[in-house]
Amino acid sequence: MAKKPKNKRRDFLQLSTVTLGAVGTAAFIWPFIKSMSPAEDTLAAGSTEVDISAIEEGQSITIKWRGKPVFIKKRTKEEIDAAKMVQASDLRDPQDDADRVQKEEWLVLVGVCTHLGCVPLGQKVSDMKGEYDGWYCPCHGSHYDTSGRIRKGPAPKNLDVPPYSFLNDNTIKIG
Amino acid sequence: MDKNRKVHQFKNPVLNWIEFRLPIISYFKKEYGDYPMPKNCNYFWSFGALATITLVTMIVSGIFLAMNYTPHTDMAFDSVERIMRDVNYGWLMRYIHSNGAAFFFIIVYIHIVRAMYFGSYKYPRELNWILGVFIFLLMMATSFLGYTLPWGQMSYWGATVITNLFSAIPFIGEGLKTWLLGDYNVGNATLNRFFALHYVLPFVIFGVVGLHVAAVHVHGSNNPDGIDIKTNNDSVNFFPYMLIKDTVAMCAFGVAISAVIFFGPNLMAEVDNYIPADPLVTPAHIVPNWYLAPFYAILRAVPDKLGGVLLMFGAIVILFVLPWLDRSKVRSCNYRPIYKWFMMGFFVNFFALGYVGMLPAEGLYLLIARVGLLYYFGFFFIITPFVGWIEKPSKLPLSISDVYAKNIAPNIGGGEKGMPAPAMQKDTNL
Repeated sequence: MAKKPKNKRRDFLQLSTVTLGAVGTAAFIWPFIKSMSPAEDTLAAGSTEVDISAIEEGQSITIKWRGKPVFIKKRTKEEIDAAKMVQASDLRDPQDDADRVQKEEWLVLVGVCTHLGCVPLGQKVSDMKGEYDGWYCPCHGSHYDTSGRIRKGPAPKNLDVPPYSFLNDNTIKIG
Repeated sequence: MDKNRKVHQFKNPVLNWIEFRLPIISYFKKEYGDYPMPKNCNYFWSFGALATITLVTMIVSGIFLAMNYTPHTDMAFDSVERIMRDVNYGWLMRYIHSNGAAFFFIIVYIHIVRAMYFGSYKYPRELNWILGVFIFLLMMATSFLGYTLPWGQMSYWGATVITNLFSAIPFIGEGLKTWLLGDYNVGNATLNRFFALHYVLPFVIFGVVGLHVAAVHVHGSNNPDGIDIKTNNDSVNFFPYMLIKDTVAMCAFGVAISAVIFFGPNLMAEVDNYIPADPLVTPAHIVPNWYLAPFYAILRAVPDKLGGVLLMFGAIVILFVLPWLDRSKVRSCNYRPIYKWFMMGFFVNFFALGYVGMLPAEGLYLLIARVGLLYYFGFFFIITPFVGWIEKPSKLPLSISDVYAKNIAPNIGGGEKGMPAPAMQKDTNL
């Protein structure tokens, strides 16, 4: 009987030492792990204003926002119709064209393939635009339609739509 | 301390002085002097030593490159060009380093082929094999990080594609990717940390290599017949026999790598990497380094993002459990009439995967990649565990010297046919 309480005391000391050590180690490691996350100046990359008055119908421009390419396209009537005709339920990443644009002639997309991050082709007139006449990623063969939705190939999701707003008829603010 | 410790006595008093305080002399004598090697080991057994020498060469050339390299997105590309044009012998350092990486993989692949064909991964060397696969993984990570540093188009887009693999992981993928990059896409934060990690990982590899060598020295090297050393007649001392043999191999290797460094330094380089990185333009064909291409082929053969990533990593992880998938007690494929051909098929298949991994993933190439993928995993999950049941192994020799006595040297890698055993040399005085 004399030995048992002593053992309990020993167990308690051991357990509390190990626990304190583990918590202390974790607290020590955390700043190192966190230091690898994006720094404050990277997070504060901000927004970009773009003048869109010079863009003709059917034309598309690429601008840089937070280090990524952003596509701004003034769509033609046929392209808008093609994008609207598709049943959202038939798509891999179901989304209506109306949910992807604010004004239907203006399509704004982050130009980064959702597969492995390449920049899809389709911005220049001479580029391959893929089977759905939108964008085509040359890296692993993903096809996007005129609303930037994934239609064929390995990419799991539609091209992202960045947060943006129309400041006036001629200016878009991205971010 | 132990007062009764027996101290080795050498002729040289300086060695004795050191030995008394730190028994490192007797350690080296035991592990690299008198260490018994199976006398039938062929030149395949020189590739471990070659790999070690290459690792040291890579570390040394890398340190000198780092003295002139600038890890900043605005300056990295130009600093590499400055190394090529203005730094004294900078071009030599860089070509040694870039081609050395390719040759490192050639050597290690041959080393792995040897371990697989002659069954070196089996009891009692399983842990040795696991450490080896771990080294292979570290090498792939290090070479990927290093390939980013010149900050050319292939550097940038290779880094983008590989780090995006992590975004395939459900729920935490995007966050993990951002954490790894230190930004929302590959940028200056990424280049800085890749440089830091590329500098430190080779020293980690060096440490694991130390364990790898220490582990193999416990039970000794395997050999082309896959049978254990039974008597002194089966082995020769590492010094001088195997040291001389490794030196011959090293000379041949030196000729091969020098030929490439001096006469075809860009043979294995991608021309697109001489274009500075441009985050807005992806090259038409993103090609990995050839030594990673088989795994890239597996990634692209699967029409699903997460599935492709899982199978690609699975193709490497599966290697860890090979010792437990293979149920046959016979080590060497020289004595396994059926498995031998499946094994050679595996090597050919791996080569074919690498070949299509460098080409666009479409049409016939994609079909080859998919068939190759099936064989790759079929080999590990079906062929390796079950061939042992139907296969009747050839009769193993009674001992290593028995191989020579009966003059039945096996046809592949059997060493010097019918040579009499060299006399044992035990008096290797340092």
